[in-house]
Amino acid sequence: MAQFRTCPDTGLYFHKSAESLIKANAVVGAVFLLVAGILALLVTLTRWQAIHLLPADQFYMALTAHGIDALIFWIIFFEMAVLYVASSVLLRCRLATPYWGWVQFALMMVGSVMTNVAIFQGGSSVMMTSYVPMQAAPHFYLGLILFAVGALIGCFVFFGTLVVAKDEKTYEGSVPLVTFGAITAAIIAVFTIASGAIILVPTFLWSIGYISHIDAEMYRIIWWGLGHSSQQINVAAHVSIWYLIAGLVFGARPMSEKVSRAAFLLYIFFLQLASAHHILVDPGVSSEWKVFNTSYAMYLAVLASMIHGLTVPGSIEVAQRAKGLTNGMFEWLRKAPWDNPVFSGMFISLITFGFIGGITGVVMGTEQINLIIHNTIYVPAHFHATVVTGTTLAFMAITYFLIPVLFRRQMILPGLAKIQPYLFGGGMSILILFMLGAGTMGVSRRHWDMDFTGAALGFDYPGIAYTMMGIGAFGGVIGVLGGAAFLLVTVGSLLFGKKLEPSAGLLQSFGVPLAASCYSSTKPEILPMAPPLEHHDTTSFEAPGTFVLALLLLVSFVVYYFINWKYLASVWPLS
Amino acid sequence: MNETTNQPDEKKERIPAMQSLLDNPFLLLFIGVAMPTVFYLMWGIMEIVTIPVAP
Ligand code: HEM
Ligand SMILES: [Cu+2]
Repeated sequence: MAQFRTCPDTGLYFHKSAESLIKANAVVGAVFLLVAGILALLVTLTRWQAIHLLPADQFYMALTAHGIDALIFWIIFFEMAVLYVASSVLLRCRLATPYWGWVQFALMMVGSVMTNVAIFQGGSSVMMTSYVPMQAAPHFYLGLILFAVGALIGCFVFFGTLVVAKDEKTYEGSVPLVTFGAITAAIIAVFTIASGAIILVPTFLWSIGYISHIDAEMYRIIWWGLGHSSQQINVAAHVSIWYLIAGLVFGARPMSEKVSRAAFLLYIFFLQLASAHHILVDPGVSSEWKVFNTSYAMYLAVLASMIHGLTVPGSIEVAQRAKGLTNGMFEWLRKAPWDNPVFSGMFISLITFGFIGGITGVVMGTEQINLIIHNTIYVPAHFHATVVTGTTLAFMAITYFLIPVLFRRQMILPGLAKIQPYLFGGGMSILILFMLGAGTMGVSRRHWDMDFTGAALGFDYPGIAYTMMGIGAFGGVIGVLGGAAFLLVTVGSLLFGKKLEPSAGLLQSFGVPLAASCYSSTKPEILPMAPPLEHHDTTSFEAPGTFVLALLLLVSFVVYYFINWKYLASVWPLS
Repeated sequence: MNETTNQPDEKKERIPAMQSLLDNPFLLLFIGVAMPTVFYLMWGIMEIVTIPVAP
């Protein structure tokens, strides 16, 4: 008989096995965030040419581990937790096959540790992308494969739970929007992992000598089916979390379920095609393929992101105005709970993702402009705006909500928690903006020595490029401090926070259930369908402040796009 | 909600096509995997395998 617990503060229902899996995945994810953060500090301080901390071989080793531990292990462990929340908790349903859930967890654990061992043994500094013909140790690839199989199993436990919920009628009507967003993430994950299997299994066989040759271009195309799509899992997951937080903090309802779901549908159809923007400068594939996949398809996916970026703050604005905060354009935003890290983290995530990540992404996804920034430090700058201030900060924000609810501990150091999103978001934004600037001047990514000491073909970067890398790295250090503050608050709360439930202890943080008396086998009530939204005034847009923000985004985009075309024309004179 | 669930079908609200698509995660899964497999992977791989070998 499935056992459930009701959270006395929020009324959320937790299935016992799901609860344990959510905790275990989230905690292990945080451990990888810690490792990745330490490595980030080393990498950043090496790219700050005045400090130039690590020697070359250690730099490439640290950079490989930083990319993989952060982007793959931290994010995907956390996403497993998100999938279980979005299915079991939000649908008030028992988790399908908890046993397979633990297989997911075990495989991902073994895989992630194995790949880390391979990297730190030193022979696998092939970067996160592990492009052939560079070869890593066999257990580098094997670890990634095991990890991916685990993640795939997690996706199927999620889909299985949807089936159980439908069969057992635990909800009325359609699944909630947040669950729908998680479905989008899981669908993209299946394609992602399939691409990974198609390319990493042969690469593993090549590393042990069974296959003699892997075509470099073939590798790049299939690998980016994994590499890009996995970022879109993150987008779908963090957008779902934005909606969730808007609901939790403001009681906000999506402005239009129809529009938001249609936007997720655009993700399902088109987001993964944009993988081709990584291949824009590659010979061997036609312009038709590049243009179809990155223009027509990608813009539809970008449109979907703009819809989410409009409807999430829009729904907050509507909820705030309903509470009487109607003065002017922005009272609803000024009087938002800026000292609640659940909200501030989410809002900074939304703004940096849209304004920095979104605009730079579209600009460099343009085939012509891509030529001037390809493989420069501009690229990591762009994706730190998407996966760090976007995804990671959203995950941090929801964690603040989950600590008391899920782990039954009160948060320690509330003052630090209050400033943490600003520290992390602010520091990382400095890193991002200055690396964007340096990238525009041609500073390479994944490059140990900007000075080209002793190189046969050197290059002199302008002094300002050095300054920009230095200021950026300084911002990176602040960002690392912000990340450390997050871990201090969250891990500290799990260890020392006041117990909201007497049986909450250290072991419970790793998934051991709370005292048996917390659970009962009565089934949760059916999740009711929300009553339809009532519209007071349909003649005008209900969220004018959000509309102004959207126009601001559009104007920034157009101006920036134009600047980049001018710049292209100046570095590449045709007359 | 009221007790419409046990009544014959014509009493139920007709579900629009779009909604039945959105309510079917496995159909969405199929589309979401098929689209990029065809347009990105298969098309891309075909272009690479048809590059003529240097003489
Ligand atoms: C905590 C603050 C962080 C700082 C200061 C930081 C800094 C950096 C720097 C300076 C680079 C190297 C650029 C180069 O030389 O090419 C880099 C690479 C990278 N970072 Fe971060 N990062 C941070 C957090 C994260 C997080 C949270 C993620 C993922 C969610 C992430 C994902 C990556 C990836 C994927 C790479 C590229 C690795 C490669 O080129 O193979 N970083 N980071
Ligand atoms: Cu991409």
